Amino acid sequence: MAQLILNHLSKDFGTGKPAVTGVSLKIREGGFLALLGPSGCGKTTVLRMIAGFEQPSDGEIFLGEWRLADVNAMVPPEKRNMAMVFQSYALWPHMSVADNVGYPLKVRGLSRDARDRKIREALEAVRLDAYADRRPADLSGGQRQRVALARCLVTDPDVVLLDEPLANLDRHLRQEMEETFREFHARSGATMIYVTHDQAEAMALATDVAVMAEGKLLQVAPPQEIYARPEGRIVGGLIGQGAILKLPWPVSGDRALEWPALQPSFVPKPGAHLADVLVRPQDVVFSDEGLDVVVEAAVFEGERHALRLRLADDQTLRAFSRRTVAVGDRIRVVIRSAWRL
Amino acid sequence: MPRFLTLGNSQPRWLFPFVLTVLFLLSVLPLGRLAVTGILSLVRGGGDGLLSDPGLWAALWNTLTTSFYGMLVSVLIGGSFALLLTLFDIRGKWILGFLFMLPMMIPPQVTALSWVGLTGPSSTLLKAIGMAPPLGSPQPLYSIGGIALLLGVQNAPLVYLALRAGLLALPRDGIEAARLSGASALQVLRDIILPLALPGFAAGAAMAFVSNVGNFGIPAILGIPASIYTLPTLIYAKFASFGPSTFADISLLSGLIALLSVAGLLIEERVLRGRDYRIIGLSGRTAVFQLKGWRAVSEILLWLVLLLILILPFAALVASSLAPAYGVPLNLKTATTHAYEEVLLRQSVTQTAFRNSIGLSLATAFGLLLVTVLMGYVVARSGRRLAALIGALADIPYALPGIVLAVACILLFAAPLPVFGVSIYGTIWILLFAYFSSFLAVSLRPIASAFRQLDPSLEEAARLAGAGFARRMRDILVPLIAPAAGAAVILVFLIACNELTVSALLWSAGTQTLGVAIYNLDDSGSFNLASALSVLVVGMVVVMMFLLELLANRLPKGVVPWRS
Ligand SMILES: Nc1ncnc2c1ncn2[C@@H]1O[C@H](COP(=O)(O)OP(=O)(O)O)[C@@H](O)[C@H]1O
Ligand SMILES: [Mg+2]
Repeated sequence: MAQLILNHLSKDFGTGKPAVTGVSLKIREGGFLALLGPSGCGKTTVLRMIAGFEQPSDGEIFLGEWRLADVNAMVPPEKRNMAMVFQSYALWPHMSVADNVGYPLKVRGLSRDARDRKIREALEAVRLDAYADRRPADLSGGQRQRVALARCLVTDPDVVLLDEPLANLDRHLRQEMEETFREFHARSGATMIYVTHDQAEAMALATDVAVMAEGKLLQVAPPQEIYARPEGRIVGGLIGQGAILKLPWPVSGDRALEWPALQPSFVPKPGAHLADVLVRPQDVVFSDEGLDVVVEAAVFEGERHALRLRLADDQTLRAFSRRTVAVGDRIRVVIRSAWRL
Repeated sequence: MPRFLTLGNSQPRWLFPFVLTVLFLLSVLPLGRLAVTGILSLVRGGGDGLLSDPGLWAALWNTLTTSFYGMLVSVLIGGSFALLLTLFDIRGKWILGFLFMLPMMIPPQVTALSWVGLTGPSSTLLKAIGMAPPLGSPQPLYSIGGIALLLGVQNAPLVYLALRAGLLALPRDGIEAARLSGASALQVLRDIILPLALPGFAAGAAMAFVSNVGNFGIPAILGIPASIYTLPTLIYAKFASFGPSTFADISLLSGLIALLSVAGLLIEERVLRGRDYRIIGLSGRTAVFQLKGWRAVSEILLWLVLLLILILPFAALVASSLAPAYGVPLNLKTATTHAYEEVLLRQSVTQTAFRNSIGLSLATAFGLLLVTVLMGYVVARSGRRLAALIGALADIPYALPGIVLAVACILLFAAPLPVFGVSIYGTIWILLFAYFSSFLAVSLRPIASAFRQLDPSLEEAARLAGAGFARRMRDILVPLIAPAAGAAVILVFLIACNELTVSALLWSAGTQTLGVAIYNLDDSGSFNLASALSVLVVGMVVVMMFLLELLANRLPKGVVPWRS
């Protein structure tokens, strides 16, 4: 096993606009990478190139020294020792749960006994041992998902690919499955690549988060790092529900500023250079010496109220409040910290 | 760790060339050969003799008139059945629909025989009930009108199916919206349902016309005794009286049939293309209108029509098959199973026909399955253009009348095969080839649509599990399309077993099929033997149709031809 390397990977389906352009990425062995981006940005295409279902139209894929694919040729999926959880789960409806899980072993020619043992282990790991003889059609969505995971587990794959595996599940099941994924990662030690468009999911699961938009890779970093230091407007918009303001910014200054240093930016300066600035809702606090804002919307979320506030120059901020405020109220807030994107 | 690189799609290298080769052999080669011969003989003036032959023009005229009037009959019967059974609260819809579909699957020569047995001076049934016309009076069906009527009955299910498909796809919420906005049931029918269903109606009519143009069994049994020839029977007659210009003549005649058919098919395609509006809105179970007081009347009418076009002719057929000797009155005492014993146990000609037809049909059904599973896979995995091309090449030999394909095969195999130096002309192999070519589409359609319905990730998951092409075909794909494969086998078997047109031209001593045997028995005056054989064939058809009904719920939509 070794690290997975994507080198300047591109894919053009000939539709006029390339689906993926110049993605370069190193995923360390045993890492858990979340590939995050809005729908249609090319995440699935990257995943399918790694699996071997699509051939890159430029660039290469390596697993350690082993060249998996380039423009001219590629190793077919059946030889890559990878596994994948499909969004539709892709369980074979004519086989029992145990046969589904054991099929990769059967193809590899394992004996009946060895196969049965591994199938049992894998099903126990996803807590489905009681369902071995059922058909996939008789299982619930979450159970099908776990069968698909168990099928990945049996062969000790080098790389496990997951394409929005939670998109079809309800919110309650999602949390349970996130736990299962974490266990699965710890147990298998495989390199995992997890495609999602949900930043909370990505943060909760991954050791590294890669953000994509419009076929390009924008930033790769561990979750805390990418949360604290997002690069650029798109990443900032995807990570952490903040508001992005256009503010005059001290040219040579730090990228992170706190209120006293920030306050001058809210004084109108015609002709000043404007920067994109990310302000997270939890950093907006009520304070009498702060900015004068109007409450534009207030939604009660149970544990708190989520507010949308309008600044004097019509830009909007997001904030949380523990007490009830009414739409149209004038309040004063300070911004405890902000990040230049 | 292997360091080699291979091409990514991991389909075996031979797969695509194999599919193209099969298509070339079964479709392009015979039809290309026919086109070349036809054009060459036109260029060399071979057409002159034919064109100045008044027989040709009479046959062309007969073909057009019988096909046109037949189409009108089909539209009338098929249209009424489709409207009543789809839109109104008729009871017993399933059995009515199933029985109405039967004529489509019953071989045309059997239809013709059963009607001949029903009418005319020598009808066993009429004599048994003392209603037969006096001896010597003409058989009324041996006429243009008789041919047209039977063509109409035979192909009414085509109109029924096309119209019904259109009606079932109607946007139900649109109909409900019209009712809510105050339109009466009759207004909804007139202003919304019928205009929207019109393309299906027209397409069904065009299909019936094409099918009539190429029909051989009905004009052969009803027309030839009265010297009324249509283009297909004229080809048969020219071929029977073999002469120096035969090849040129039959290639031109079948070219003419092909042109008429293509014109009809183009019309069908044109009208169906305008159907895109169907996607708008929820379509589903069409709103059912209440017939109230008219319900009983309508039901009686439907059953009366079925009695006339299906039950009475079949009863006549059974009566003829049980008749002691041609012309002796039938009653419970004189009835005899002699004819059945004769065709099943004694006559070597019919026994050979059974063996040939069943053997050929089994070989065609299973042989084609091997080809179409691979072809269906390729169709489902290739781009839209390529899939359309493969589909069209497979469809053409089936869409063209069987007589055209038979002539193409004669031209192709008249000379010995180039490399092997042997000739398959006059052997069972030319029949097998023609069946493969003719029924490729029958087998491909259900299988290709089953492959298309499969979620591609099912195969991709198998690839990641490490399964190569043959392995995942065997373990994953074939089991998943098995119901469609079963349907393909039954359909091909059913159609091939009943086939007459192709084998009528291609058979020779020892290679006769069931269709040919029935025709020859009738031709030589053994009407009761022909009837007995026909009854057996109808029984076989019904059993097969029931088998398909049992499978129907597990099949992709549109696989079972009489269900929509
Ligand atoms: N097989 C294909 N042929 C043509 N275009 C494709 C194909 N697969 C994906 N695309 C296009 O590539 C882009 C990225 O798609 P995808 O990778 O599925 O995005 P995501 O998974 O991020 O939602 C989309 O614009 C999509 O339409
Ligand atoms: Mg996707």
